[in-house]
Amino acid sequence: MALTAIEIYKLLPQTNCRECGFPTCLAFAMQLAQKKASLDKCPYVSEDAKAALEGSAAPPINLVTIGVGDKALKIGNETVLFRHEETFHHPCGLAVLVPSDLDEASLKQKATRLSELQFDRVGMIVGVDLIALQHVPGSDFRAAATAVAQASNLPLILISDDPAAMAAAASAVADKRPLLYAATAGNFDEMVKIAKEHGLPLAVRSEGIANIADLAAKATAAGVSEIVLDTAPKTPKDMLLHQTAIRRAALLKKNRQVGHPTIVFAVGDTPAAKALNASVAIAKYAGIVVIDFDDPALVLPLVTARLNIYTDPEKPIQVQPGVYAVGAATEESPVLVTTNFSLTYFTVEGDVSASKIPSWIVVVDTKGTSVLTAWAAEEFTAETITKAVNDYDVAGRVKHRTLIIPGGVAVLSGKLEDLSGWKVLVGPRESAGIPAFLKSLPKLAA
Amino acid sequence: MSFEMPKEKWRGAVNQVKIGATAAEGGTRSSTVTVGGEATLPFLDFEGDTPNRPVIAFEVLDLAPTDWPEPLVEAYGDVFGDPAAWAQKCVEQYEADLICLRLQSAHPDRGDSSPAQCAETVKKVLQAVGVPLIIWGCGDNEKDNNLWPEVSQAAARERCCLGSAVQDNYKTISACAMADGHVVITEAPLDINIQKQVNILVTEMGVKPEDIIMYQVTGALGYGVEYAYTIMERTRLAALGGDKMLSMPMLAIVGSEAWRAKEARLPEEESPQWGRRYDRAILWEAMTAELFLHAGTDILVMWHPEAARLVKESVLSYSAASTESE
Ligand code: B12
Ligand code: SF4
Repeated sequence: MALTAIEIYKLLPQTNCRECGFPTCLAFAMQLAQKKASLDKCPYVSEDAKAALEGSAAPPINLVTIGVGDKALKIGNETVLFRHEETFHHPCGLAVLVPSDLDEASLKQKATRLSELQFDRVGMIVGVDLIALQHVPGSDFRAAATAVAQASNLPLILISDDPAAMAAAASAVADKRPLLYAATAGNFDEMVKIAKEHGLPLAVRSEGIANIADLAAKATAAGVSEIVLDTAPKTPKDMLLHQTAIRRAALLKKNRQVGHPTIVFAVGDTPAAKALNASVAIAKYAGIVVIDFDDPALVLPLVTARLNIYTDPEKPIQVQPGVYAVGAATEESPVLVTTNFSLTYFTVEGDVSASKIPSWIVVVDTKGTSVLTAWAAEEFTAETITKAVNDYDVAGRVKHRTLIIPGGVAVLSGKLEDLSGWKVLVGPRESAGIPAFLKSLPKLAA
Repeated sequence: MSFEMPKEKWRGAVNQVKIGATAAEGGTRSSTVTVGGEATLPFLDFEGDTPNRPVIAFEVLDLAPTDWPEPLVEAYGDVFGDPAAWAQKCVEQYEADLICLRLQSAHPDRGDSSPAQCAETVKKVLQAVGVPLIIWGCGDNEKDNNLWPEVSQAAARERCCLGSAVQDNYKTISACAMADGHVVITEAPLDINIQKQVNILVTEMGVKPEDIIMYQVTGALGYGVEYAYTIMERTRLAALGGDKMLSMPMLAIVGSEAWRAKEARLPEEESPQWGRRYDRAILWEAMTAELFLHAGTDILVMWHPEAARLVKESVLSYSAASTESE
């Protein structure tokens, strides 16, 4: 439970010696409460106070790291039940199931395919985050894990209830920091031993929610520090209830036993139904969602949903205002005007680039809002567009004097012509119409 | 020690709103739909009542769409231009709970059809189907104000939902709804304060809170869904917190938003890296709807029958009892 500034102040020496860099102990306490300063800046805090403060600073939901290097996935550490209260911090990982009984070549092919299953969205590369290798009894789990780890740098989940198979696979790929799935009531001690031996994160699974807290507490007591919870819900409804119960207990009841991220295997009769339930798991607190399909038609909506749910509600994703060349733009190329909301810019940029007609895009600073939102908020006006055209010296890049504006703000054209001195052409409303529009554009006169 | 379900004690609940009226109630509907009434967050029936399941309204346009992508043309191409037949198809073939009729043709830029023509369309659709109707104007304030008296009258006592009343244009629609016994849809651009303000304005005119549905503007998956999701979630929380002026059931327009997305529109040839267009387009609409369901929406206005079917199944699975007893 986070302490207030006053509670923290009471634990400090209260001598106002300034060595922490703040004028008073209270000022320092206020920064600590907002997590903007760290306690080690004060050389005089007592050990007792330190323990109390560090305990209170421990996150209600532990952070778990799976994998190594720049593809490592961090989950947990969430602080709120609803996005608007703050934001959801660590985007839920999307894992795809791969059975271990494929031959080596197929395993590698599949692993490579999953690493390459990526999409460019609003200038970010998003895709599948983990490979969930499922042990099929009778197959060589160790060899399969080795093959997958060689072919892909995506973090791994090793799935088996059999401690012997798990021990073999875990020791082969321990340096890749896989998540071991799962310790259950039946194999508990052995699984815990494997996780501890290699210092790996461990999932614990109970059938239903009743025993999950006990099992997790047992794993913690046994010395496993990174734990992931699975309540193995049989239906979507159970999934929603379990996820809600765990997040609420961790945040509202300060129940440390369940203060761990969760893993959800998407249930459903068809891939589409599974995808829908996976989207619910993303919105409702899952740390990892496992799917058993890799069809881009189903994965693209899911990674998009995750990006949306995990966007900071206070900060729209933005691009730097300025003027950008798309393709080998010249002084005769058309000039299009848009806003600096990433979604808007990259949608337009994609369509301009698809037209294969080199162009300039002037990006107006609208504080990261879309065309119509910015227009309604008076951020995308004849004035702001004129200012951008002048500030970014668009006249120095092209010989013609014609601007193309989005169809949605056609009303701006008259005033914009007057203010900027440029001729204004109204483009299509939707950027999908841009290729056709640019192709039929007459040569722009100097 | 077994793990306990942490429960919230909510003070308020969403209003219950009935849409449609049977002969006994002065209308001609063969079925009615009741939405709202939830006393907890979506589907969390272990701590509060969820007396009514969210429902799906199929959208019917009074103008033949000219730019609909193939999967939609396959579903409705044979009834384009005939709103009554279109509505009938939605009910008989696709099991629509409600029809959402959009009077697009009235827009000055899209045909400028007269109030009498629109009223005629409404009558035909009412005759063609027995389910309740949502009737949406053309979006041009002035024209809609001309439209409502006649259109509302044509559906008198059928208890339709009329949309939409906005902050600077709510009087005519509210007056008509009161006179003819309809429900008013209040609209605000993703802004909870404006939403509340419109609700206050409309109730001050005399519309009862139980005769209001809210529409907070929708953004599709990848195109603003996060804003709409959070606005709906906050609105539901406000209702549960006891704010009477935000306790109306919510509606989301999903079809038209989702099918604007490039991911739904682009044919395979132009986007092979995205997989089968049919699958991704259906899921784009269904997933947009699914997220809204879990943010608290009560009425989803959808386009593609397969997307609607998937979402309907999902509603059933989240409304079912838990397999575990507490
Ligand atoms: C999400 C959203 C918001 C978010 C902000 C999102 C953001 N970062 O911009 C929030 C909730 C904050 C918001 C706030 C407001 N919003 Co708003 N919002 C939306 C919503 C749902 C989606 C906008 C979006 O992201 N579109 C996607 C992007 C990609 O679209 P776009 O920028 O227009 O780009 C497309 C085209 O314009 C074109 N294009 C873009 N650039 C170019 C360039 C050229 C040359 C060409 C040819 C084409 C082109 O291509 C793109 C793809 O087709 C829309 C409604 C809707 N469903 O569209 C309302 C909407 C835009 N908002 C609206 C309003 C009124 C507001 C507010 C003023 C309301 C208020 N609270 O008072 C505020 C203003 C914000 C502020 N600063 O105060 C209105 C605008 C009405 C109007 N026509 O004037 C809309 C249309 C809703 C409505 N029906 O009332 N909004
Ligand atoms: S260094 Fe410690 S004792 Fe000195 S002012 Fe800062 S908080 Fe107080």
